[in-house]
Amino acid sequence: MKGEGMRAKGLLKALAALMIGAGSGGAQADLRYNMPVGVTEVSRGVHDLHMTMFWICVGIGLLVFSAIIYSMVRFRKSAGAQAANFHENTTIELVWTIIPFAILVIMTVPAAGLLIKMDDTSQSDLTIKITGYQWKWHYDYLDENVSFYSVLAQDSNAARQLGAQIDLKSVDHYLLNVDRPVVVPIGQKIRFLITSNDVIHAWWVPDLAVKKDAVPGFINEFWTRIDVPGVYRGQCAELCGRDHGFMPVVVEAKTPEDYAAWLEAQREPKIESAAAVSAGSTLVAAR
Amino acid sequence: MTDHALVHDDHAHGPDPHFVRRWLTTTNHKDLGALYLWLSLVMFLVGGVMALVIRAELFQPGMQLVRPEFFNQMTTMHALVMIFGGVMPAFVGLSNWLLPVMIGAPDMALPRINNWGFWILPFAFALLIATLFMPGGAPAGGWTMYPPLVLQTGPAFPFLIFAVHLLGISSIMGAINVIATILNLRAPGMTLMKMPLFAWSWLITAFLIIAVMPVLAGAVTMLLTDRYFGTSFFNAAGGGDPVLFQHVFWFFGHPEVYILILPAFGIVSHIIPTFSRKPLFGHASMVYAMAAIAFLSFIVWAHHMFTVGLPLAGMLFFMFATMIIAVPTGVKVFNWTATMWRGSLSFETPMLFALGFVFMFTIGGFSGLMLAMAPVDFQYHDTYFVVAHFHYVLVPGAVYSIMAAVYFWLPKWTGHMYDERLGKLHFWLSTIGVNLTFFPMHFSGLAGMPRRIPDYALQFTTFNQISTVGAFLFGFSQLLFVYVVIKCVRGGEKATAQVWEGAEGLEWTLPSPPPYHSFTVPPVVR
Repeated sequence: MKGEGMRAKGLLKALAALMIGAGSGGAQADLRYNMPVGVTEVSRGVHDLHMTMFWICVGIGLLVFSAIIYSMVRFRKSAGAQAANFHENTTIELVWTIIPFAILVIMTVPAAGLLIKMDDTSQSDLTIKITGYQWKWHYDYLDENVSFYSVLAQDSNAARQLGAQIDLKSVDHYLLNVDRPVVVPIGQKIRFLITSNDVIHAWWVPDLAVKKDAVPGFINEFWTRIDVPGVYRGQCAELCGRDHGFMPVVVEAKTPEDYAAWLEAQREPKIESAAAVSAGSTLVAAR
Repeated sequence: MTDHALVHDDHAHGPDPHFVRRWLTTTNHKDLGALYLWLSLVMFLVGGVMALVIRAELFQPGMQLVRPEFFNQMTTMHALVMIFGGVMPAFVGLSNWLLPVMIGAPDMALPRINNWGFWILPFAFALLIATLFMPGGAPAGGWTMYPPLVLQTGPAFPFLIFAVHLLGISSIMGAINVIATILNLRAPGMTLMKMPLFAWSWLITAFLIIAVMPVLAGAVTMLLTDRYFGTSFFNAAGGGDPVLFQHVFWFFGHPEVYILILPAFGIVSHIIPTFSRKPLFGHASMVYAMAAIAFLSFIVWAHHMFTVGLPLAGMLFFMFATMIIAVPTGVKVFNWTATMWRGSLSFETPMLFALGFVFMFTIGGFSGLMLAMAPVDFQYHDTYFVVAHFHYVLVPGAVYSIMAAVYFWLPKWTGHMYDERLGKLHFWLSTIGVNLTFFPMHFSGLAGMPRRIPDYALQFTTFNQISTVGAFLFGFSQLLFVYVVIKCVRGGEKATAQVWEGAEGLEWTLPSPPPYHSFTVPPVVR
């Protein structure tokens, strides 16, 4: 996954570092411990909202936990504390009901705004239909006459077998790589239609901040507009049976020119047959 | 208050001397309470072993120990066993043991229902666990039983459905008994608002159980008929809708999570005042907060389903309603804090577990608040962030409250003090273990690790290894708990009637252990 622009956030980093220190003793350079900022306007908004809520929770937590810890230290019986006898105070009870309520009301404003934006799939530039299968994805570029299946890459599939003696570090993006990624243009509003052929799946790419269930018999919609070319990886997020953990999602975002060239190439028969040979007979169905 | 049990001529008979007959046919609330608690301890250990299988496989990337299908059976069975076997029977057991002695009653109102309610459970779990040995194995579609996936279950399928039916019947009977007892058998003078908070928490919980368990039964019955009788409730090809199941299931499922936590609120509201030697702050607002949470729990269910393709208005409504739950929950945490404020605190084992509850349940509450925000939930949903969230509210939440309750009332039940040194050791080992297990899951989830996967990409390795180490520490620490409990049952320093210096309430006026039939003459509460 890309996730560039991800900055260290003080407390979160400290907590993560503490955990890593307790675990392996050495921090990995590429260790991720926070939601990626991502590569879309929406994903940045989601990340900002996530961090805002996080800091609000940290603030409230610091207040409450300090009060408890102060009580535990200051009002110890072993230190000679005498118990008071108060058990009610209407004013303070109203205060700590109304203030949290007010904070929540304020937070609903950006949350609702972002949600409304994410829900609006109108005026898209192209539409791709996704179909979930046990356990692969099928992509259909509507009106473009291009469609294909996308399955876990061969080397990952070999390495994930029980008892396989394969060094996972030698596998390219272990479990997060497919034979044919779904290729999309940057800067364009892409509408996805998603459904399933068997059980419920969920299509998720963290860098795009999109996750939607593929429900058999129903079609869901969502959209994204990617700013930066690159390869963005995700996984099926809804338990879908035995190989739920082995149906990754890989999105390759190209410039509109490269995308157009790629699309044209998909329609050429020789590419079709070459791909069919390389990826195995059951896996590719480019029309 | 005087020692009421002793001023009355004791004409009541004791337990049946024949061991099997006594435990099989008992209608006594203490016997049944003990049976429920022992069953829940056994199921807690069984579910714990399943959790350790999961964590062992996830110790490193690649598949080392089990096949993916067996991994899925473990996650499914772990949840079912822990929810319906570990936590719910423990709370029912506590209600059995404690409600009569807290409200001044001789026993529960419906003793035979009580016996039946318990003895259904071993058979239900026998059915459920037997599926592990069937062709095709145990259910592997997740405890949420979403169709169409759950319909792919092999011969285990009807056993799963029937086990869930039995568990529901048992819970409903327990709930009816609690309501009948609380509404009819309170001591003279104990008005509802004077009633101890554990009784209040259980009264509200019981209404939740009666309201939603039949809904679960309906949902799984529709699964059964879809599978065997040609209906299409959840089959789109026949005009049904798979998402309908999720709506029905979570209409049960969300109140269910409060069934698993409200009694914990009650327990903690007894323990913190006792060891603060100060009355509970805001007794009335605690009751109102629980009632508010119970009401809200019925109108937030679809926050479990933000990704299924809900209409915008639906998502906005469920997001707002969910966020509001933070207000009454916050009130409870603030009240516990205010109870400790200017108290005279000591830190015996029950208080340690209660404090652990307040701290870590609050952390789970914070992640819950974050999850409530629908646009961000798209990123959190079905990741380890969710796993971290619900384990924080269920393990150092519900389970800690049960352990706090056991340490708190064990001297009352057995007449012996438990080993304080070992109890504290158990607390600290558990607390280190539970945080090592579940805190890193926040990070792995945010970094993009989906839940319910048997194998993962290499960047999640570090956090998973920490989680596994923590899980084994937490798991094996519970053997210490078993030892402390058995040791205390078998003997130990004699406990006084009041047991704890700051303890208040009718149960502490009875001798330790209390007579077989708790209050044969109702005490008068002023």
